Amino acid sequence: MKALINLVEKVKPHFEKGGRFEKLHRTFEAFETFLYVKGDVTRSGTHIRDAIDMKRTMVHVIIALIPPLLFGIWNVGFQHFQATGEEATFMDQVVFGLIKVLPIIIVSYVSGLAVEFIFASTRNHEVNEGFLVSGMLIPLVIPVTTPLWMVAVATIFAVIIGKEVFGGTGMNILNPALLARAFLFFAYPSYLSGEVWIYTGLEDGQQLVDGFSGATALAVMAIGEGTMPSDFDMFFGFIPGSIGETSTFAILLGAIVLVATGVGSFRIMASVFLGGLFMGLMLNLLAVNEFMALPAYKHLIMGGFAFGAVYMATDPVSASQTGIGKYIYGAMIGILTVLIRVLNPAYPEGMMLAILFMNVFSPLIDYYVVEAQSKKRQKRIEKIRLQTQA
Amino acid sequence: MSEKNTAPKETLFSPKNRKLLTEPIGKENPITVQVLGICSVLAITVQLEASLVMAISVVAVMGSANVIISLLRHGIPPRIRIIVQLTVIASLVVLVDQILKAFLYDVSRQLSVFVGLIITNCIIMGRLEAFALSNKVWPSFLDGIGNAAGYGSILLLLAAIRELLGSGTLMGYQVIPNFIYQIGYEDNGLMILPPMALITVGIIIWVHRHRDRSLVDVS
Repeated sequence: MKALINLVEKVKPHFEKGGRFEKLHRTFEAFETFLYVKGDVTRSGTHIRDAIDMKRTMVHVIIALIPPLLFGIWNVGFQHFQATGEEATFMDQVVFGLIKVLPIIIVSYVSGLAVEFIFASTRNHEVNEGFLVSGMLIPLVIPVTTPLWMVAVATIFAVIIGKEVFGGTGMNILNPALLARAFLFFAYPSYLSGEVWIYTGLEDGQQLVDGFSGATALAVMAIGEGTMPSDFDMFFGFIPGSIGETSTFAILLGAIVLVATGVGSFRIMASVFLGGLFMGLMLNLLAVNEFMALPAYKHLIMGGFAFGAVYMATDPVSASQTGIGKYIYGAMIGILTVLIRVLNPAYPEGMMLAILFMNVFSPLIDYYVVEAQSKKRQKRIEKIRLQTQA
Repeated sequence: MSEKNTAPKETLFSPKNRKLLTEPIGKENPITVQVLGICSVLAITVQLEASLVMAISVVAVMGSANVIISLLRHGIPPRIRIIVQLTVIASLVVLVDQILKAFLYDVSRQLSVFVGLIITNCIIMGRLEAFALSNKVWPSFLDGIGNAAGYGSILLLLAAIRELLGSGTLMGYQVIPNFIYQIGYEDNGLMILPPMALITVGIIIWVHRHRDRSLVDVS
């Protein structure tokens, strides 16, 4: 460790003003702060500097993302060998999954960080660490069949249009990772409609097993063909779907990490689930078609509901900031998700659209919550004034 | 009227008149700087051919409307000037619409209601109000042509980008070679949808302001 510090200190002057690599100063700084917390000291006035900076916060989210990621990698292999009907050991499945998933993660990080570094150098601000999480979220919310160049295009689009035009991390209105997914969804619909999401990649002599469809549970419900997986399979995630979203169980493990470290908002997560459940029950009451009659709890374990609730809706930048606002924001996401899923078959996955929609509304929610609060206090003051006068 | 005789006679393409023609294409662009007429820009830029026809129509309507209003400018009572302007534009648009229907039926069907909606294009009304009502015929004509060209140039640029990326064609001819499709390239479906037009206009504005710093308002 000491050697690493010495190395960093040794090369540092080259990146300072007047050094040889002056232009790469921001790049250097990004790596330096990634390795060590910088020894910045506030020199004027009284300030409290938290020991944990944004980069460390983001690392917590990455840790929370590990369970769905690992499960997703295995599931890609598992689904593939299921589809081809071949016998495969656990290691085979993991290795196959790694071969398919790792390139997507690498492409996502390289393309996104390249944009970040370019903007940071030209605008001369620190490299934003927000992409550390976005770069991991993007591969987890897309199906493994997505071509790599599409991942790159979507990532670049999301980072530029979703984040940099607003001024970088912390300024974005929409969640960048979801924006990347929405871009793919509308630009290349055939890859994200949820009908065939298993990497089959047949070689000569291989065959798909009879009755293989590869459709996700949501697509099955929307199209009305194929068989629904069992509740057990859906909860633990032995189903086709986007890489990281299938296993509600793994996602809940991540949720525990997020809530325990205080990084993710428990209010939002809980209210998304409750909102979804509530809307599911309301639709059950009407139940004019099969999708409406689907037991409400199934919505929570199907598709990207859990993933969206835990990792996407809780994004501290694009979510509501006020306490009550978080409840409203979360509940609306849950309600809208189920509504879009059931009532609009063209968009089988409502989670993405619901979160993006509520992202846009969250400042408005906050505004009215704060207004209501100040009005309440105003009234209380009036009341006290009247009492003291009387 | 006496001033008119004493003032030095301006040549047809004096620097001042040239400016009327060129400024709206760059510094005073109705779309990227004044952000007017966005609705038609979003609606009809899916294909280059339609946009070209639209651009030409707007040039024709705007040039002639400016000339007519400028000729009538002393005779129009101020209280009903908007109505007069609308009538002039509307008759010109009907004329354009009929010509399109007669000679370019397919394109006219594609443009559908948007030819009629040239009437409501804020750029045209804006120029009539702001320029033609108080200027002589020749400068008004140049101003109309210039602004329409500024509008049209953005329209064509946008349509070229959208058609190329959205359908892989330009003017209906395939531009992206087949082998690129074979190695896995696909047309971007989002480019055909209006939201992407808005985003693309935004990017054009961004680039424009980046190149011309004087356009960035400091407020």
